[in-house]
Amino acid sequence: MEIVKVGMAGTMESSDAIVTIEPNTDSGIQIYLQSSVEKQFGNQIRSVITETLRALDVDHGIVRVNDKGALDCVIRARVQTAVLRASDGGQFNWKEED
Amino acid sequence: MGKLRRTMMYVPGNNPGMIKDAHIFGSDSIMFDLEDSVSVKEKDAARFLVYNALKTIDYEGVETVVRVNGLDTPYGKEDFEAIVRAKPNIIRLPKTEKPEDVLEADKLISKIEDEAGIPSGTVKLMAAIESALGIINSYEIAKASPRLVAIAIGAEDFVTDMKTTRSLDGVEILVARSQVLLAARAAGIYALDTVFSDVNDEEGFINEVKLAKQLGFDGKSVINPRQIEPVHQIYTPTQNEIEKSIRVLEAIEEAERKGSGVISLDGKMIDGPIVDRARRVIDLAIVTGVYVEEEGEGIA
Amino acid sequence: MLKNALGREIPEKIDGIGELKLYQGPFEYEPSGRRFGRKISKVLPGQSKLLNSLENVINEIGMKDGMTISFHHHFRDGDYIVNMVIDMLAKRGIKDLRLASSSLSNIHEPLIEHIKNGVITRIETSGLRGPLADEISNGLMDIPVIIRSHGGRARAIEAGELAIDVAFLGVPSSDAYGNANGYEGKSICGSLGYAKVDAQFADTVVLITDNLVDYPNVPASIHQTDVDYVVQVDAIGNPKGIVSGATRYTRNPRELLIAKYGAQVIETSGYFIDGFSMQSGSGGASLAVARFLKDKMIEKNIKAQFILGGITGQYVEMLKENLVEKLYDTQSFDLIAARSIGENASHYEIDASFYANPHNKGCAVNQLDIVILSALEVDTQFNVNVITGSDGVIRGASGGHCDTAAGAKLTMVVAPLIRGRIPTILDRVNTVITPGNTIDVLVTDRGIAINPLRKDLLDRFKNTKLPLFSIEELKEKAEQLTGKPEPIEFGEKIVGLVEYRDGTIIDVIRQVK
Repeated sequence: MEIVKVGMAGTMESSDAIVTIEPNTDSGIQIYLQSSVEKQFGNQIRSVITETLRALDVDHGIVRVNDKGALDCVIRARVQTAVLRASDGGQFNWKEED
Repeated sequence: MGKLRRTMMYVPGNNPGMIKDAHIFGSDSIMFDLEDSVSVKEKDAARFLVYNALKTIDYEGVETVVRVNGLDTPYGKEDFEAIVRAKPNIIRLPKTEKPEDVLEADKLISKIEDEAGIPSGTVKLMAAIESALGIINSYEIAKASPRLVAIAIGAEDFVTDMKTTRSLDGVEILVARSQVLLAARAAGIYALDTVFSDVNDEEGFINEVKLAKQLGFDGKSVINPRQIEPVHQIYTPTQNEIEKSIRVLEAIEEAERKGSGVISLDGKMIDGPIVDRARRVIDLAIVTGVYVEEEGEGIA
Repeated sequence: MLKNALGREIPEKIDGIGELKLYQGPFEYEPSGRRFGRKISKVLPGQSKLLNSLENVINEIGMKDGMTISFHHHFRDGDYIVNMVIDMLAKRGIKDLRLASSSLSNIHEPLIEHIKNGVITRIETSGLRGPLADEISNGLMDIPVIIRSHGGRARAIEAGELAIDVAFLGVPSSDAYGNANGYEGKSICGSLGYAKVDAQFADTVVLITDNLVDYPNVPASIHQTDVDYVVQVDAIGNPKGIVSGATRYTRNPRELLIAKYGAQVIETSGYFIDGFSMQSGSGGASLAVARFLKDKMIEKNIKAQFILGGITGQYVEMLKENLVEKLYDTQSFDLIAARSIGENASHYEIDASFYANPHNKGCAVNQLDIVILSALEVDTQFNVNVITGSDGVIRGASGGHCDTAAGAKLTMVVAPLIRGRIPTILDRVNTVITPGNTIDVLVTDRGIAINPLRKDLLDRFKNTKLPLFSIEELKEKAEQLTGKPEPIEFGEKIVGLVEYRDGTIIDVIRQVK
């Protein structure tokens, strides 16, 4: 999926995260993570972000995540939402999840 | 004894803090909401959130329900595509007005189950009836599909449709409640009562639950964990009820052993309905844990 | 480095403090020696103790570099005394002070500058919070802070390990000759339990009040026989920060759920019988346990002999309703309790030594049946941390945690299984305040774990419907949801020493990375 504009999802509530994704003038993915649980879960959160982007075929983009202790499934949901919002009317392929 | 559905707790679909362990508060079911509690701008976010939560979080056997957006909205179709694949126990249809609404949902679920390799009939349906037309059609709705396990009355929309407002004694929804109950009982499915939205009015809430139970509802939708225990208390048989029921069942056994036709207890005749009611009390007492059947007793 | 009985690495000595004693077990250490005695002095007939300013008091005392000065924390986040006195001493160019406050909190942020400038070089306290705690965790001080429990502080004072040169004690009411109490005036705090110990053992005792009353101010919590100087100031504290109006019961569903389980555990434990005694922390879940217990007391016609500790309005209410015979109060948590201590003869003020000192002839916690405590972290050995957060930064207080846990017959810890994404149960807590063998039950919102050392309790709970798990199972349950946290990394520098109540070192706190 191609990132064509800024897409944002999530909130600053505890257990949530705000994910912003925008087009990258350089190629590839850049992740900027700020997390209240950086020390304990920073690596885990980065790997969830990377995996989720890969599953969505996002190859280029700048991702900023401000995490307030969100579970992996929440991070995944927020990244998916942000990517879809940043794409040009892209559709999530639910069948691929089967 | 079927499944207990005394309490179904609302969980706003876009709230990660509540979604992560909504099941721990002891309600019989939890209902993730994609509909009224989620703003139009956040429909996609809530859908992804509930989908991912259901896929990964172990709700430890508590019944999971997702209230989707109606198929007549721009979000309904995709809600089904996502949520059926996440396999909650039940999808709850909002604002059901006619049997076709149920049939359409049933067909769509079947198609997605088929595509996703989920055994047919895995995801059940429940219909909320929230309008005058829906109430009029409630029996047709209740028997529209074998997938449908329950119907519920949604009073907030209903009273608006009726050009009135809700009151504490609920006179304005009495007919609708009765109609939903009649339809559910005739179709052999569960009937669930509406929410009580003033969380701080404990007395008003308890009165409403008592009314709903007396009418015959199987349970109530709740909007806060604090509302769970009062409902369960009201739906738990009292020691008095249990003792009386045990005596009824003992009298029956005794009579059957003796082969006598007419049975009486304390000078009153015991007939079929009394026995059925006594059985139900004991069943409920056992599943709610207030009565432990001793080995070999076998009265239930 | 040596390892203590819990396997924690403890240095043999610390520059500026001296040799350390290793923690050996909750009751292993044998005290020796004699009780510390303060300097003897005389006050002549007709001599006045009342001075017209704090400046003059400091002139009179003859403050010197390197002295140990003490304070109490009954004014909590409303305290003006600590900052007022240290500012003044700093202006005088006094250096190298040892600051021994019974606790410190957010309001003491200005101390950071005084530490940087060398005015304060050592701190001994029960707790640290806010920016001061952050800075200390990041290595602000060269000599580690000593963290003591309330009982441990009283012990250290009586043993002479914490020898106080001058105690500056804020009091809500005093006469000119040094009779003071905490329940009259515009800045009331109720019990003066922590201050009472300092008053008896410090070489010099200064009372600072904003409410000078006629002689004799009786009944008094601090007596004229212990006091050198009295001074009046405009305000000793901000009443809003000293006590809240009334502690309210929580409406948080998670805390209520924990409390419901907690009350059920107590009811089933065998200790919930007529004439029982209890203490609870002031946290939402702990107080709610007491609320649920109250209902069960009424239902079963059970009365409590005494309630100990931090006293809240709820306990005062229970006293008035005859559900409890006596209140033992070292620290009043709200305005209702603060007033009550002056009004109810059965609401009895006790000092920190009476409360929890393990080396007197028998403290109140020894008589305690049930205590309900909170936790930031618990490990699979049931060790509890209430001092450092999950990021390793100091943000709490030792308080009476290890004292009551050692004394009570049933010690119950209540905590949510997960905070945000952080599981409460770990393989190893960041810092041990209370050793696991003094903890009997852990109650969380997702289940209950009984310490396997308590086989009697395990048997008793076998046939209940409570959600019982092993502590390892509870840990697993949390990690299924959160994932396994990576252990946080600490630097080498030791920023805090945690004393167990007997004066041995149970753990150290290292600088955060």
